[in-house]
Amino acid sequence: MKINLSVWRQENSQSDGSFYNYTIENVQSDLSFLELLDMLNEQLMAKGEIPVEFDHDCREGICGSCGMMVNGQAHGPQKKTAVCQLYMRNFKDGDTVTLEPWRATAFPVIKDLVVDRSAFDRIVAAGGYVSVKTGSAPDANAVLVKKTDADQAFDYATCISCGACVAACPNASASLFTAAKISHLALLAQGNPERKQRVVKMTQQMTAEGFGDCSNHGECQAVCPKGISIDAIAQMRREYIRTKLPFG
Amino acid sequence: MTLNARIPDGPLTEKWDKFKDHCKLVNPTNKAKHTILVVGTGLAGASAAATLAEQGYQVKSFCIQDSPRRAHSIAAQGGINAAKNYPNDGDSVWRLFYDTIKGGDYRSREANVYRLAQISNQIIDHCVAQGVPFAREYSGLLTNRSFGGAQVSRTFYARGQTGQQLLLGAYGAMMRQVAAGRIELFPRRELLDFAVIEGQARGIVVRNLLTGAFERYAGDAVILATGGYSNVYYLSTNGKNSNVTAAWRAYKRGALFANPCFTQIHPTCIPVASEFQSKLTLMSESLRNDGRVWVPKKAGDKRKANDIPEGDRDYYLETRDPTFGNLVPRDVASRNAKQVIDEGRGVGKTGLAVYLDFRDAIASQGKDAIAARYGNLFDMYQRITGEDPYEVPMRIYPAVHYTMGGLWVDYHLMSTVPGLFVLGEANFSDHGANRLGASALMQGLADGYFIIPYTLGDYIATSDMEPVETDHDAFGEAEASARARTLKLLSIQGDKTVLRFHQDLGQLIWNGVGMSRSRKQLEQTIADVRSLRAEFWQNLLVPGEANTLNKNLEFAGRVADFMELGELMARDALAREESCGSHFRSEYQTADNEAQRIDEQYSTAAAWKYTGDEQPPERFSEPLTFENVKLTQRSYK
Ligand SMILES: Cc1cc2nc3c(=O)[nH]c(=O)nc-3n(C[C@H](O)[C@H](O)[C@H](O)COP(=O)(O)OP(=O)(O)OC[C@H]3O[C@@H](n4cnc5c(N)ncnc54)[C@H](O)[C@@H]3O)c2cc1C
Ligand code: FES
Repeated sequence: MKINLSVWRQENSQSDGSFYNYTIENVQSDLSFLELLDMLNEQLMAKGEIPVEFDHDCREGICGSCGMMVNGQAHGPQKKTAVCQLYMRNFKDGDTVTLEPWRATAFPVIKDLVVDRSAFDRIVAAGGYVSVKTGSAPDANAVLVKKTDADQAFDYATCISCGACVAACPNASASLFTAAKISHLALLAQGNPERKQRVVKMTQQMTAEGFGDCSNHGECQAVCPKGISIDAIAQMRREYIRTKLPFG
Repeated sequence: MTLNARIPDGPLTEKWDKFKDHCKLVNPTNKAKHTILVVGTGLAGASAAATLAEQGYQVKSFCIQDSPRRAHSIAAQGGINAAKNYPNDGDSVWRLFYDTIKGGDYRSREANVYRLAQISNQIIDHCVAQGVPFAREYSGLLTNRSFGGAQVSRTFYARGQTGQQLLLGAYGAMMRQVAAGRIELFPRRELLDFAVIEGQARGIVVRNLLTGAFERYAGDAVILATGGYSNVYYLSTNGKNSNVTAAWRAYKRGALFANPCFTQIHPTCIPVASEFQSKLTLMSESLRNDGRVWVPKKAGDKRKANDIPEGDRDYYLETRDPTFGNLVPRDVASRNAKQVIDEGRGVGKTGLAVYLDFRDAIASQGKDAIAARYGNLFDMYQRITGEDPYEVPMRIYPAVHYTMGGLWVDYHLMSTVPGLFVLGEANFSDHGANRLGASALMQGLADGYFIIPYTLGDYIATSDMEPVETDHDAFGEAEASARARTLKLLSIQGDKTVLRFHQDLGQLIWNGVGMSRSRKQLEQTIADVRSLRAEFWQNLLVPGEANTLNKNLEFAGRVADFMELGELMARDALAREESCGSHFRSEYQTADNEAQRIDEQYSTAAAWKYTGDEQPPERFSEPLTFENVKLTQRSYK
């Protein structure tokens, strides 16, 4: 099939960007979306042009490197799917597909479709862990964790830090990202001792990075490639309220 | 050159404790004066960086990705082994040690492997304490599964995302130290060379992948945890950024490269579908617990899978070995798939696949039971192939997955360059000629959390070191050579892209140093790789500039190194005139097509020394002695 691409090109964070149109012929339906971009880049290089930059690594939906707006949707049309796992069989011959980088103040564009997501690392550094030194842990079975809690903690812990939640949110809020980590650790006995300071510090950092507030649009959960539920945000709010309670 | 592995004396079971009891310690107040450069943030690098920082060292951490959490370890699926024996099914440290040595077909060091098995349990304790959400029973206790044909259930797992959860644990520990000011992060950096001063590794030169600037960092030791080199085959299950560059640069600075031909080919991957296929996706081998592998009995049978009656199907693994059946080790399963495909019995559009069929499992256990076990894998398969594995059998094909070879290290995990330590998949240490499932995560974390903190301390405490600055000549020279090479890549301006060269190289290595190797083909591969390399340096096309984000330029540098590594792999495979584990030389097989080891001659690790671009490398051997296990010929008929 033939695919028309309209791709945001921007040389660096200072320069202005704009859309460029390209056409790719002979696209097979078994191709992944990033492989389509590989094809585009081969085509551009053959003509002596500069290829489109985009982040990627695992190409199987787990590293969180990839991410772009595909026709205005973060990661494209398929639910629970990072763009590297999106296949061309989801498109039709002659389709025009628009590609843009994540748009958020806290995610400045580096080049073309590549953005700076280091704000996420700083949110984690603020408290997204259990403070346990290597060598000091008790036997792994010394503390029991209810299976349902462990399973739910896992669901929150699957966040791949891609930034789609931020890109999809009208407020560019990082609430789902931050809440997923807070909720993962809050559900486990191991995360319990630090839960108060964790929620305070991480949410403070989130604000300091220039992410917006959450006003319950729910766009984040709709685009999350791991299907993380917005319930995480409710849990984060409860965690926050606990910090205000004398015996919370 | 004799390779001294520095294995402590004494009985196997006491060596590590003895080492820890007697190694030199660094005074706690002095630790902060020592800068340690840790390159790589996968399980090995992240765990090392976090632990060394906890101990008080000043750590600088480097990685290619934009965040340490995206290292390739994130993609590991199936699980991590430990000898906890929680299921009470007879497991023990000894048994895990024995299985690993035997699985590696007796081509690894007893002392290293025993230590790994000993440490395995502490890893699980630590990861649970970090909040890694391992699978649990309704009782609240941890649960285990049996993996890759092991006869005990010793694998801990977090659904199909164990690597992710373990890495996020280690990443969290790192970020805690970042907040404490003891780790400084340098993401989007690529190591391109080393500063070796007075024989010691004292610094690195990296390229800032956003600005193109060459940056110099000095330290008292360098830890490489830069992963494996499966991407030499172009198509592999590794992340696109996985590379050999860091290890290769170390090789060129005097570190020996061991057993490069030991590469693991995983039997259950999703087959290649198109010319632009950029990577292969692993399907966890746990699928082989319930799926049955088959191909049509007749070559060229083009009927749809479900139209082929039972009598026309060949469940070749089950017929070959009624005991292990579909659960034979990875290399045996892969080689048998190749054999039936070579016979023209492959399935699917390309003929490069075999079936993995769940029909019988669904019939006997119900769709729900199968969905509960493999639901996410089935979904993944469907997303990629567009086919529903509940209805039609999966198609699978072997793919390169892991490299057992790597930089040679001694028991301290130090390379032949003093002060240069190598951890995780980047070293050659523990898996011999074949790695068991769920053992790479264990090894990476053992190296980083529990071994390097002792051995590095011993090195720092016992070495004489003057402070060095980055204006030292050694840095100048390293930077100049890294810069020249990078600019050279850009200046060729030929008409063939990196991707095309990489595909061509991959094809050569896959055919020559893949599932089955022969003298004739290896000799041909060496010649072919050399001429491809010559073409590369004459006709490469890299667009754009050096002083900006330019991924084609990054990839070009990596492919250039793969071009050299590929030749070394073929040389290594040629020099090892036996079959063992993953290394199958067609000239050396038993009557029933099993790998024929030649222990008298090749019970060794081969370590290669770089002697210059124009000379062939020199091969050294480290003899492997087995005092505690009896060598047996592996037989999975
Ligand atoms: C799909 C898949 C599934 C797997 N499943 C399992 C499993 O279930 N169980 C198991 O035990 N093993 C599994 N493995 C193997 C295991 O995941 C790897 O062996 C292991 O994670 C390697 O960890 P590492 O820390 O050594 O390196 P990696 O995780 O590969 O990390 C390498 C690091 O080095 C950095 N780096 C590399 N080169 C440079 C350079 N030149 N300059 C700067 N930085 C550099 C990278 O940025 C990265 O941070 C799997 C592997 C794959 C591919
Ligand atoms: S490339 Fe890793 S999630 Fe898409």
